[in-house]
Amino acid sequence: MEPGRVNIVQGLEQIVNEHSFFQGMSPGHIDFVSGCARNASFRQGEFLFREGEDANAFYCIRTGRVALELHVPGRGAVQIDDRKAGDVLGWSWLVEPYRWYSDARAVEEVRALVFDCTCLRNKWQDDPELGYQMYQRFVPLMHRSLQATRLQLLDIYGTD
Amino acid sequence: MAQIDTRPGSAAGESLVDPMLPHAAPIMTVQRETPDVFTLALDVSGRGQGLPFQPGQFTMLYLFGIGEVPISISGDPAVPMRLVHTIRAVGSVTRPMQDMKRGSMLGVRGPFGTGWPVEVARGKDILVVAGGLGLAPLRPLIYHLLNRREDYGHVSILYGARSPADILYRRELERWGGCFDVDVSVIVDHAVADWHGDVGLVTTLMDKVRCEPGNTIAMLCGPEIMMRFSMRALNHLGMADEQIYISMERNMQCAVGFCGHCQYGPTFVCKDGPVYRCDRIKPFFGIREI
Repeated sequence: MEPGRVNIVQGLEQIVNEHSFFQGMSPGHIDFVSGCARNASFRQGEFLFREGEDANAFYCIRTGRVALELHVPGRGAVQIDDRKAGDVLGWSWLVEPYRWYSDARAVEEVRALVFDCTCLRNKWQDDPELGYQMYQRFVPLMHRSLQATRLQLLDIYGTD
Repeated sequence: MAQIDTRPGSAAGESLVDPMLPHAAPIMTVQRETPDVFTLALDVSGRGQGLPFQPGQFTMLYLFGIGEVPISISGDPAVPMRLVHTIRAVGSVTRPMQDMKRGSMLGVRGPFGTGWPVEVARGKDILVVAGGLGLAPLRPLIYHLLNRREDYGHVSILYGARSPADILYRRELERWGGCFDVDVSVIVDHAVADWHGDVGLVTTLMDKVRCEPGNTIAMLCGPEIMMRFSMRALNHLGMADEQIYISMERNMQCAVGFCGHCQYGPTFVCKDGPVYRCDRIKPFFGIREI
């Protein structure tokens, strides 16, 4: 095996293992999840994904900032949320029909771990524990985002 | 309405003797902050020592012939001759106020109410959390912290606004953020593509605040629902209710606890507030009839 290849794989495992999002996951599952991951970088202005595209990945942002945007006719791109270093981006891959519902644009250069979710979804057909472990991590993110969205809907600063 | 005190040199002490007597003060400047928010600076040098106040206090501003409104003081407590208020033009008094010119007169009563706990906070890390126009009552506190920077630990300012166009005191926020020993984070509910800052709720900024939770005093002002969620987030960070102070807003009219319009539970916001320690008021937060 090429020495360089070994280093890359070990590096990803280590990064995944140390990320708070994966804390408490068994070494076997960490191994598997790491095997579905790759490093990626996105230039400023580049889109990580766009609304309507297939959602087959999620992202652990390592550096930089990502804007989540919706295109509103007459107003252009409206930024509704963001993700920064340490944040996890993307759960549309968990819900059929696995499509993105917003654009994700790199506001500044972004380095991220990208996880292939087709690989993950296929795996947990045979390993429901892995699916449970992933849902256990994603549901709190969804909950937090839903709470924030509810408050944003109230437009609280407009009436204080 | 009581007669107006127009005597030159009438001192602040006299105002305490008769807090119902307005002092006539000329407008020095009117500054537009956002499409519906403006800042008025009044010359109160005619009161002798000016109008000394504690950060967090408010005054009653009287637009002659129209009415009186409670407005938090938003200026520098170290400059008592210049009384500054930042006001949203929303009602029958504040809408015409925004069109007033330099030299026009307003009646002023006060200052009234409780201030931010600047003495309790001495030696501790400080977390200032503001939402929307709530930054205005916190600005005197921020001036105080910067004037006496060595008295306090780490200072973090978190500010949430509706959109980039609604950000108050933008240049000052940039200047405060440029200080090496102050962290300033601004977040908006939504933005267009040229905004490079944070988007979301002000509570999402709390995860990354540099402070020692057990040795921090948090001071909050903004819409009540924002403060409610912020208090929960601060509790989650490990801060006790005794370390959290909030500024309440109610329909204050007499400003001295006589009329009862601003009653909140067993307290009157005009004299027991507007700044409360969280544990003393939290039981009433969940009572919808109040």
